Amino acid sequence: MAGNGNGNGTGTIAIKNGYVFDPLNEIDGEMMDVFIKNGKVVRELTDSEMKDAKVIDAKGMTVMPGGVDSHSHIAGAKVNGGRMMRPEDSYKWNRKKTSLTHSGSGYTVPSVYLEGYEYSQMGYTTVFEAAVPPLEARHTHEEMRSIPMIDTGGYLVLGNNWFIMRYLRDGEMDRACAYVAWMMKTHKTYGIKCVNPAGVENWGWAENVGSLDEANIHFGITSREVIEGLCEINERLGLPMAMHLHCNNLGQPGCYEITKDSLKIPSQIRPNQNLDVEWAETKVDPARQESVYLTHAQFNSFGGTSWGDFESKTKEIIDYVNKTDHVVFDSGCVPFGEATVMTGDGPAIHNLYALTGNKWSNTDVELECGSGVLPFTYLKSNAIHSVQWAMGLELLLLVNDTWKTIMTTDHPNGGTFLKYPLVMAWLMSQAARNATFDECHAWARDRSDLGAVDREMSLYDIAILTRANTARTVGLSHRKGSLGVGADGDVTIYNIDPKSLNPRDYENLAKSFAQAEYTVKDGEIVSRRGEIVAIPEKRTYYVDVNVKDAGTNEMLADVKEWFKYYTLGFAHYPTPDSYLMNPTPIAVNAEEA
Amino acid sequence: MAEVTLTPKGEIGIMVEAEVITPDTFAGKSASEIGDLLVWQGPKELPLSDFFNVKDDGGKTPEETSIVIGGDVSRVKRIGNGMTAGKITINGSAGMHVGSEMSGGEITVKGDANSWAGMEMKGGLLHITGNAKDHAGCAYRGSWHGMTGGRLVIDGDADSQVGGGMSGGEIEVLGSVQNFCGIRQNGGLIVIRGDAVRGVGAEMNGGTIVVGGSITNFLAGFEQVGSESDLAFGSVSCPGEFLKFSGDNAIVAWTKGTLYASKNANEGL
Repeated sequence: MAGNGNGNGTGTIAIKNGYVFDPLNEIDGEMMDVFIKNGKVVRELTDSEMKDAKVIDAKGMTVMPGGVDSHSHIAGAKVNGGRMMRPEDSYKWNRKKTSLTHSGSGYTVPSVYLEGYEYSQMGYTTVFEAAVPPLEARHTHEEMRSIPMIDTGGYLVLGNNWFIMRYLRDGEMDRACAYVAWMMKTHKTYGIKCVNPAGVENWGWAENVGSLDEANIHFGITSREVIEGLCEINERLGLPMAMHLHCNNLGQPGCYEITKDSLKIPSQIRPNQNLDVEWAETKVDPARQESVYLTHAQFNSFGGTSWGDFESKTKEIIDYVNKTDHVVFDSGCVPFGEATVMTGDGPAIHNLYALTGNKWSNTDVELECGSGVLPFTYLKSNAIHSVQWAMGLELLLLVNDTWKTIMTTDHPNGGTFLKYPLVMAWLMSQAARNATFDECHAWARDRSDLGAVDREMSLYDIAILTRANTARTVGLSHRKGSLGVGADGDVTIYNIDPKSLNPRDYENLAKSFAQAEYTVKDGEIVSRRGEIVAIPEKRTYYVDVNVKDAGTNEMLADVKEWFKYYTLGFAHYPTPDSYLMNPTPIAVNAEEA
Repeated sequence: MAEVTLTPKGEIGIMVEAEVITPDTFAGKSASEIGDLLVWQGPKELPLSDFFNVKDDGGKTPEETSIVIGGDVSRVKRIGNGMTAGKITINGSAGMHVGSEMSGGEITVKGDANSWAGMEMKGGLLHITGNAKDHAGCAYRGSWHGMTGGRLVIDGDADSQVGGGMSGGEIEVLGSVQNFCGIRQNGGLIVIRGDAVRGVGAEMNGGTIVVGGSITNFLAGFEQVGSESDLAFGSVSCPGEFLKFSGDNAIVAWTKGTLYASKNANEGL
């Protein structure tokens, strides 16, 4: 059951006769065999290899690459804050230990073990933590290393970082690039996350920023400058993922306008993903095409001027995405039910507290960022929540090119990742959407365009939204999100027969997505019909940028000087390798300055 | 109605988790099958018959099943947890969580109840003839979704957080209560015949609390809106003169909670 200790799987397996959906290789439901040798996809196995290989008969079933979640909150200080402030979340959702697995509890904020088991049961093999404050990187890694079953990585929160704001204000791009490269390596993180740029810093003075061109307190930098600067740094370094953006004014009526304007900022920045890796075979260009990755678009697409005239303005975002090529987004769907809202956007959480009166917490992370947590329940009887449900689905159904979209619930903000199967069923079935329209508030139909949408997604579309495009967007398509030769041997087999698929039978469809018939990781069967059958090795990805010294020495001198403002010493700042499970650097060749 | 009798065999060390003691579980089972039901004691799962002598079979349905516990079970938790029908009579004191989440039927505790009696109760009747400890008829720790229905009667005193997060049903305490009675209440009725210490109705935004005695530390977030005499809420009547307050407005101003406090016992309010 245990791996070999280096994170390289050793499983050899043949998956025969399944209907394969592998969008990066343009395979759309073709009946074919998949072979994995020593944890990697191969063209075929020799007769002698077949003798020792495990064989799965996937006849009449759907075969996809292992699921990849590019935006979820699974580890770190705010997730743990949610666990601590919500004993009621664990009380009625728990799981006994078995001879193989640990016990666990928690519905919207599961304990680390449960997170791994539950993701694996749904067929996921890779999940990224969407917000790692640098000072909390150690904590985040300590949790991530304990999440079994899935490969992980985390995005570093930099949108209100003092060093970044100072460098960008002073036009010190070399030092800013050197700083980001150094920070990624120092904290073993994977990409740039930008939350409420310039605004979270103001929150330290109980203020926020309301527009892209409002200079913030002390640093005097605008959101526009931070977004542009971070996107430029991202491409100058050649990072795997585009700059990951959570826009200003999130969750406020009318916020679609600032979202749209924010997306325009990097329109002239050329994507430059510059990886030094071995690429698995793919038919589609596996390189990232975009210069900005907007997250939880639903929360950034609110229309109206108040909750009274609230409406969906996803159309504005969708139209913009349809006519440009530099934006990819994840949806942040709202599937109704219990949620725990957690974000680096402190003021957004305070607004929700003022709205609901629920218990909440806010934190200032010195020199770097902040965060907030609040329990939240989305109700079908609630007008706003019902529109939000429709918005998340609109965003995915109405963008013409599915390769510009990713399915998430921004777990656990819009709802738990356990609701992904429901979201997939809504996307694939108009009957499912109509059934929910009948149960929820009339505003869902009246204030969104979803009622008029008759698109029913195919299994191929679902594979793009949950595997192929997530892997490509985060820059892992050289090993994840496809079944091309050389890819990691991560496979999901759903008990869904595409030949007799009936979208009207959406309840069974959701059930089949909720419990993969088999989840295979690195060529090893790890879960089977909801039962965990093996604990595989797992990896933690981070980027290792090869910077050509420009600005590095000056930057390090600045950082050391400003460390007097931190409450910890410089020597204790970096996250050592020992905090990671199988640390797996992704080599990046920075552009010559 | 079939009557199953459980007689405690002796002193219980580590507390026993006995959510199986309900008419719902006992219905359709013989005395020996009931004795074979498993309960947790610390890390061990043991048969109920290790702790009780079981006499007579259960009825065909929960409605036709009555359980009589002949003695003190203050170290047995979760008796009647989630029951939907039938009857439980405890001739002694009960452990934590008696009648938690019950939605129907009737439990009588002829003694005291430990904390969490009638937690998140949805229906039925829970009658405690003695005193109750903390969190009677309250939401689980961390939750504000408490009792939604049914009736909880405590003949003696209750400690803190009676009816926390309550949104429906009735709680009647004939004695006095400690702190934060009706905290976060948003519906339902709480009647305290005796006194309360502090925090009565803290952050409530709906429902009704009546305190027939004195309130030592009255919350500042309540505003007097009048006075009334001889109150009646269905079958529950509260004779005497009462000052009527609305609140708790400490955090938000649009609350709809009502608090009545005895006029005579609260001079100076």
